[in-house]
Amino acid sequence: MTTNATQGALHSVPALLARNAVQFANATAYREKEFGIWQSWTWKQVAEEVRAMAMGFLALGMERGDYVAIIGRNRPALYWSMVAVQSVGAIPVALYQDSVSEEMAYVVEHCGARFAICGDQEQVDKVIEMQETVHCVEQILYVDKRGLRKYDHSRMNWLHDVQEEGRAGHHRFEAEVNKRSAELTYDSTCVMLYTSGTTGKPKGVVLSNRNIIETAKASSEFDHLRSSEEILAYLPMAWVGDFIFSIGQAYWTGFCVNCPESAATMNTDLREIGPTYFFAPPRVFETMLTTVMIRMEDAGPTKKRMFDKYMAHARKVGGAILDGKPVSAGDRLKYRMGEALVYGPLKNTLGLSNIRVAYTAGEAIGPEIFDFYRSLGINLKQLYGQTEASVFITQQPDGEVRSDTVGVPSPGVEVRIAENGEVFYRSPGTFVEYYKNAESTASTKDAEGWVATGDAGFFEEGTGHLRIIDRAKDVGKMADGSMFAPKYVENKLKFYPDILEAVLFGNGRDHCVAFINIDLAAVGSWAERNNIAYSSYQELAGHPRVLGAIQEHVEEVNASVAQDSMLSGCQVHRFLVLHKELDADDGEMTRTRKVRRRIVEEKFADLIAGLYDGSPSVYTETEVSYEDGRKGVLKATVEMRDAKVFPTAARMAAE
Amino acid sequence: MLDSQEGYVTADGRQIGGVVLELKNITLRFGGVVAIKDISFDIRKGEIRAIIGPNGAGKSSMLNVISGFYNPQEGDVIYKGYKRPKMAPYKVSRMGIARTFQNIALFEGMSVLDNIMTGRMHHMKAGFLAQAMWWGKAQKEEEEHRAAVEKIIDFLEIQAIRKTPVARLPYGLKKRVELARALAAEPQILLLDEPMAGMNVEEKEDMSRFILDVNDEFGTTTVLIEHDMGVVMDLSDRVVVMDYGKKIGDGTPDEVRNNQDVIDAYLGVAHD
Repeated sequence: MTTNATQGALHSVPALLARNAVQFANATAYREKEFGIWQSWTWKQVAEEVRAMAMGFLALGMERGDYVAIIGRNRPALYWSMVAVQSVGAIPVALYQDSVSEEMAYVVEHCGARFAICGDQEQVDKVIEMQETVHCVEQILYVDKRGLRKYDHSRMNWLHDVQEEGRAGHHRFEAEVNKRSAELTYDSTCVMLYTSGTTGKPKGVVLSNRNIIETAKASSEFDHLRSSEEILAYLPMAWVGDFIFSIGQAYWTGFCVNCPESAATMNTDLREIGPTYFFAPPRVFETMLTTVMIRMEDAGPTKKRMFDKYMAHARKVGGAILDGKPVSAGDRLKYRMGEALVYGPLKNTLGLSNIRVAYTAGEAIGPEIFDFYRSLGINLKQLYGQTEASVFITQQPDGEVRSDTVGVPSPGVEVRIAENGEVFYRSPGTFVEYYKNAESTASTKDAEGWVATGDAGFFEEGTGHLRIIDRAKDVGKMADGSMFAPKYVENKLKFYPDILEAVLFGNGRDHCVAFINIDLAAVGSWAERNNIAYSSYQELAGHPRVLGAIQEHVEEVNASVAQDSMLSGCQVHRFLVLHKELDADDGEMTRTRKVRRRIVEEKFADLIAGLYDGSPSVYTETEVSYEDGRKGVLKATVEMRDAKVFPTAARMAAE
Repeated sequence: MLDSQEGYVTADGRQIGGVVLELKNITLRFGGVVAIKDISFDIRKGEIRAIIGPNGAGKSSMLNVISGFYNPQEGDVIYKGYKRPKMAPYKVSRMGIARTFQNIALFEGMSVLDNIMTGRMHHMKAGFLAQAMWWGKAQKEEEEHRAAVEKIIDFLEIQAIRKTPVARLPYGLKKRVELARALAAEPQILLLDEPMAGMNVEEKEDMSRFILDVNDEFGTTTVLIEHDMGVVMDLSDRVVVMDYGKKIGDGTPDEVRNNQDVIDAYLGVAHD
């Protein structure tokens, strides 16, 4: 290994591992909780494990350029297998462990994987099932032996046995592993990850060592990551973010990756580890906050009062203190008190005490949720990225964090906005190609290396921060030529707990109207507290006081949309609260709960017409499917309300 | 009939050994009520043996005879070739027969971990005082037992509730904890009294998988009482059918399914 390290060029993950095994030799590289105890491995041990694995792979006949499917939950052995695969010149392909056998079969067949490395019996079963149609897999390897003892092992191996075989034959394999590792260059493929692909089949994104290492290096420097960081690896291994955080950045800076005991123990493990660097999608932060709030509702009156008082103070000054803005000495003192009494213990319970840097991305996060964490002194930031960019396109620097932007271009990334508002980027992290799909590669990445994101956005004047408004294909034009970005307004509406879904219409029209779905849980409990009786969703949705509350929300959103000169045309002029919940069973939503705009538009055409022609209410009949497959007809008279709109901020200034 | 020493190979290719426990002409009476009437059958090493029958057929009584809770008025229990004298249930349990109960019998206020640790009781050698002081041998011993218990926790996938008090768990998980406690005793024979009663389909599937995995991994001989016919026929290697305290059938699931007495008494008419 030392021979690799002295070559100096850190142009592959195995080379980084070789360096770490010398530089951080006895520092902890991996931890995994097993049998109730955190087991740990130092960098030196990891290098040995990976090496044994690589030699074992050679014994099984793994060739340069082979694709190796890796399927399972986050476990050290699977991360090592990725690096071992790279060490022998083959290419790891991580798959989503929760996908069903058919979905996996497509990916495995597409890359022609000769080997599949599985976490446990469940994954092995899926691979065996797919072998009826896909015949490329020659060997199945697995980490967890349980339940597999009686399987036919003629083409199946326990990963541990493979390592033992490698160790036993090290005289035969050592030279070959060294040779193949040394052959790796900055341009050889580091990993291939399949994008989930909202339209059509998944595409294999080929990322080179240059993509991964340059990105890891730049982003580590951006946030001053150190070798003492601790992260919890709990997001799917097939997701590019996990590869960058748990392999790219971890190997570049030499920090420790902790693997939870099981998916269900995530919260306990988070508390025990206390990561310093943390990534979670908005949903995770949302759930954490809800749990806290529910438990506070059950707390005694003294504790509740203390919590409310100090949280109010945190909301006032916490964010400013975190951003290093001037705050009076008295407020600072009070914040310190709060830290001792409320914020500290709360962060400890959440497992977020040690956080230096936390990121969220993937979808819009509610400003209240975002501010809640920041006010506690947790440095939560947003980033914008995608698989094709090796994650990072833009991110928020410390001290310039806001909930409505995604930050400035990451170091080394160039971003430009096309005529139609679509965001393009170019960076050292830009992917090489889509595997076996030159057509898609060409339509996504142009000759100069600019990649289309498919998102529409704009740079905010003054701050240079990027704001993403919607998917480019959903962005339209109003009759007067101003921009129509439905998601932007819908997200603002959905941040109210009362509102579950919102659908905005107005493409090609002179003003916008909206459908609103109330959240039965939130509005129902509000109704209970206010002694409002209701017997059905429909009745609650049509209640005048509910409509009144929703109207307030809509008008608040209008006021905030009006602040934005580009999008002020999207203010909601009229709205209605739908008499039924939009439902995947009725085809109004996808299974992942995304609204199918076009279908909703067709299905409720009479309601939209009513909103535009100014009628006070419209009688409508809607066909619904029940869970057991029966169909029924829902009859309702839906009330429509006008909402106050506000003059555009910029125009006001101009007049 | 099979010879008592000789084994057989199951439909899924598992090798079953000789007889571990034999019940000979058992009759159990409660006053004038005859709960079990002259029943004989055997249990072989490594097999999954089911006892089925309508309500009140005497299944649980049979299990209680095996676990030593009831002493039959007539007949012998022959365990590992020796006639078992009348003995207290805890002594039976010490001989390697562990059980779960139809109505969950866990220590509700204790954590899952502590509950399972109680299953290790018969394997603990340190004295009461040494354990209370956590001193010397007791310390080392507890670590070993904890390690054994952790393996079972891992095996039954209950890591997330390790420290949760049992009272807070849903029914399906309590059943799993009970199984864990029985397994912690490292039994040679595991008695399961309606392990799937009151469970939904998914919980039943999970429990079935665990029962098979336990048998596969530890080679534990398993005797189970179950009402769900689908489950019984899928899981078990041999089935004893009881009705009104009498044995009316004994054999592989297929044999039992086609036994006219059984069909008449219990299963209704075959649908194929």
